[in-house]
Amino acid sequence: MERSFISKNPSVLVFLAILSLFTLSVTILSEGFGVGVISTSFVKTLGKTLCLCLIAVAMDLVWGFTGILSLGHFAFFGLGGYMIGMWLMYERTRLIVVDSLAQAEIPPTSAEVVDAIATQVFGVVGSSEFPLIWAFSHSLTLQLVLVVLVPGLLALIFGWLAFRSRVTGVYLSILTQAMTLALALYLFQNDSGLRGNNGLSGLQNLPGVTTSQDVVSIWFLWASALALGLGYMLAAWIVSGKFGSVIRGIRDNEARVRFLGYSVEVYKLAVFTLTACIAAIAGALYYPQAGIINPEEMAPIASIYLAVWVAIGGRGRLYGAVIGAAFVSLLSTWFTGGQAPDISLGFYTIKWVDWWQVLLGVTFVLVTLFAPQGIGGLFDLWTDRRHPDRHGANLGPDDGALREKEAME
Amino acid sequence: MLRLLLAGLAILCACLTANAQETGLQPILQEHQEIIAKSSRKTIGPAIDAIASSGLPQAQVMLETWAAKNVWMRKSDGLFFAGQKAEGRSYELTDFDTGEVVGTFEKSDLKQLKPNSGVRAMIGTALVQFQLTDPSRAKRLAALRSIQRDPEGALLDPLRASIPDEPDADLKAQKQRLERLLTIGHDADTAARVAAIEEMSGDLGVDMRAALNPLVVTKRQAAEVLPDDANVAVVLEPGSDALPKDVAYDLLVARDFAAPQVSPEDIRAALAENIEGGRVGGIPVAQLNTDTARAQAYAALAAAGTVPALVTQADVDAALDAHVFFETYAEPSPEVTAAAAKALEAIELKVGLNQTLDLTLDAISLASIYFLAAIGLAITFGVMGVINMAHGEFIMMGAYTGYVVQQFIPDHTLSIIVAIPMAFAVTFAMGVAMERLVIRWLYARPLETLLATFGISIALQQLAKNVFGTQARPLTAPGWLDGAWVLNDVVSISYIRIAIFVLAMIFLGLFLYIMKRTRLGLEMRAVTQNPRMAGSMGINPGRVNMLTFGLGSGIAGIAGVAIGLFAKVTSDLGNDYIVQSFMTVVVGGVGNIWGALAGAGMIGFLQKGIEWMNPSNTLAAQTYMIIFIIIFIQFRPRGIIALKGRAAGD
Repeated sequence: MERSFISKNPSVLVFLAILSLFTLSVTILSEGFGVGVISTSFVKTLGKTLCLCLIAVAMDLVWGFTGILSLGHFAFFGLGGYMIGMWLMYERTRLIVVDSLAQAEIPPTSAEVVDAIATQVFGVVGSSEFPLIWAFSHSLTLQLVLVVLVPGLLALIFGWLAFRSRVTGVYLSILTQAMTLALALYLFQNDSGLRGNNGLSGLQNLPGVTTSQDVVSIWFLWASALALGLGYMLAAWIVSGKFGSVIRGIRDNEARVRFLGYSVEVYKLAVFTLTACIAAIAGALYYPQAGIINPEEMAPIASIYLAVWVAIGGRGRLYGAVIGAAFVSLLSTWFTGGQAPDISLGFYTIKWVDWWQVLLGVTFVLVTLFAPQGIGGLFDLWTDRRHPDRHGANLGPDDGALREKEAME
Repeated sequence: MLRLLLAGLAILCACLTANAQETGLQPILQEHQEIIAKSSRKTIGPAIDAIASSGLPQAQVMLETWAAKNVWMRKSDGLFFAGQKAEGRSYELTDFDTGEVVGTFEKSDLKQLKPNSGVRAMIGTALVQFQLTDPSRAKRLAALRSIQRDPEGALLDPLRASIPDEPDADLKAQKQRLERLLTIGHDADTAARVAAIEEMSGDLGVDMRAALNPLVVTKRQAAEVLPDDANVAVVLEPGSDALPKDVAYDLLVARDFAAPQVSPEDIRAALAENIEGGRVGGIPVAQLNTDTARAQAYAALAAAGTVPALVTQADVDAALDAHVFFETYAEPSPEVTAAAAKALEAIELKVGLNQTLDLTLDAISLASIYFLAAIGLAITFGVMGVINMAHGEFIMMGAYTGYVVQQFIPDHTLSIIVAIPMAFAVTFAMGVAMERLVIRWLYARPLETLLATFGISIALQQLAKNVFGTQARPLTAPGWLDGAWVLNDVVSISYIRIAIFVLAMIFLGLFLYIMKRTRLGLEMRAVTQNPRMAGSMGINPGRVNMLTFGLGSGIAGIAGVAIGLFAKVTSDLGNDYIVQSFMTVVVGGVGNIWGALAGAGMIGFLQKGIEWMNPSNTLAAQTYMIIFIIIFIQFRPRGIIALKGRAAGD
């Protein structure tokens, strides 16, 4: 009997309900639309957190469900941000330039306008011409298409190269990390065409929009919540069908799935590319709220933190990834922002700004060792869903083979 | 050489005859009395030459006194004396020839010679010839340096003259070399210059190239016909790669052979100046937002005669056809330029070869750094298959251990000798603790090992930051490692890099010895291949794994001391090496020390090679290298040296 999507995934309804409730209450409490309890900068932080949750969902799909520990998804996130940033920067500069050139005696030609924009945008890196990659930056539609297309294509090419040569496990992780490093190093150059380490800035100002940031921040919160909701439903739909069974099979034992006649590479490539696109969309929503993007954001460490969030939240379950990303990133903001109270030990005062990373690192090791289910595992206690206590040896002959506990997921 | 000797002899004779005449310096000074008293840069030349070439020993004293503004002229008879301030406003005068005090005179009776800086420079040049034969070696060396800094034709003869009498062999060689270089640039005899160029043509020195390069400097010229008297280097065709048409036309404009082209900015400015009632040339201003409309308006203005007409492409072509373009040498003699160009070509080839050698040395040194950073990883990752993201932090801890040891032992040599085993001990203990507490529970879950060790890595980094602060800490190398081994002006390598190379080789040997010749190595290989079988043979796999991991970590600590010697010790030191180290091991082939060596060699040579092609941009070099590695993995997924059969483990 065919059951409906919702009845197979009761968590989706709960999740969507919580998400809408959250969005609604933030809107009511915000400065732009409501009573003004929550400051605009905190609304932005919440909006950014929603984007991070979305990329965590993508990471969970690729790592928790397919078993590919990608340390490169923040590169796609950053690329998405760059793509939307190019349009924001171009259009905003264009408005300013047209305004200032209108004062001149002779009306400017379109070529003069473009030259003036280029001088404005690339002055910091000592150039005054648009590089080829900015060819579509005048059009919002094209640039929005590129948000998905560029990271998608990069993921497709990289994934095809990696998967066809059967690079798996830690090798693949190192390779993705190398890709991220290569991309970040490339973007750090001034002649990369994306303003080197200056990055793109002023992205919070939407061109042609005169409404205050109080309101714009709420718009972005809604957009991020919508994207997260849709992304979550898409991910839930993917993992609940036959496709989901195959990718879980690949995670648990790739060779067996291959012997069953499935084209493992195609499945992996599909998941890898799709999640890259989701990451890019998350990035495109994140950076207009952050206001600035530079290559530092794409450094390999960012992608590793992403893995940390998902691991702490609980991989292999979508809500776990969301909880992990939201919990750790908000906690991190709280600790590094200097809001956490210092602890005085008498002989030494623990300043959380200095010690938060140590705490995070140690917590992470402990979670990996003792609670591989992460925070999401707590829900199992609550729903009283326990793994049967089976004693026994490994399921396979190798070191990499799964032990009974993992096989039960 | 014979010529030189003759020249020296001639000057020696001149000196003797001058002395024999016993005329003294004063008559010479009197001969040029007027211009000396005037001391103008334009006219003083003959006077200085006469004094310098007099060959009198007192000439040097006189010139030095003059440059120091201590020469006074007695107004009554116009004689020159060295003046020394006496009581009040009087000066004590000394005769240059006899060295005797002539008497004390009031300032009003005297006139001081005040040479300006231009004249003093000329005096200085004249003095160099005396300093070249000065008894003090330091002064002679200083004179040579001053000639090297500012080679002048006038110094050629005194330099030649000073060579035969030079007692110091080293200085003599330097003088002879300098004489050849000066001959190339400044000798009056073309044949001598060509001979000198040919004699020196294999020389790699920077000074040799500095002497040759001005000879082959060319200047771009344009004329209606090719001149006969100029030393033409090459005739250029406008529109070729060497001379694009725009550049050629600009050359004509610069020489007033053609009218300047009107640029879009000029058009815009001209239009803005000629707005009349909201219209320019009959076209409304609001419509001037396209290039065609602007051209129309400008043409209308040009027709009215208010602005110069546009230069059309046909005009440009006609002007270019009417002229020849060529490059001339600043040096008039074609024989010299030909010889210089040939010599430069030969030098270029030799420099190229030497640069290749230098690049190879650089690449080897970079490779040994990577090898040193990766060798610990080759053990933990390569042999045990455990991925340790905190490997970079072990390197960092080793470097900090070296720094701490230096705080207690001020002697740099001793402190390094102590620091190396200390660093090994600290990181060995750390590695063993980490293996015991974390890694051993995760052997079955390699991806989670990666994450857990990453957690340790960020915690360790932040701890180091909390303890040592964010600023870089110095780890000073012992004095005997300072400096570089210089082969010639092109090839050189610093001693520190040689030391790192030697250290890397020692570790390679040590690793091979442990793995192949010791009980521990045997057990390690057994446990790696099949832990259960090894267990049933009486080996304790847990203990062996612990020791192996400790060994790998300990070597990382020693590598940290070595890396800290040339890099700044900061808490994120490890970040710079972790990805490269993994790349080294993966590219080389896991589970094989020769693989790590090959991987380090390949990455080192590759990076230096790419940097050589694009020297301004090390970031791009790293990017391209990583891309190359990703592609390389496609073709050899198991690395350069892949294990085969059972040893491969799968």
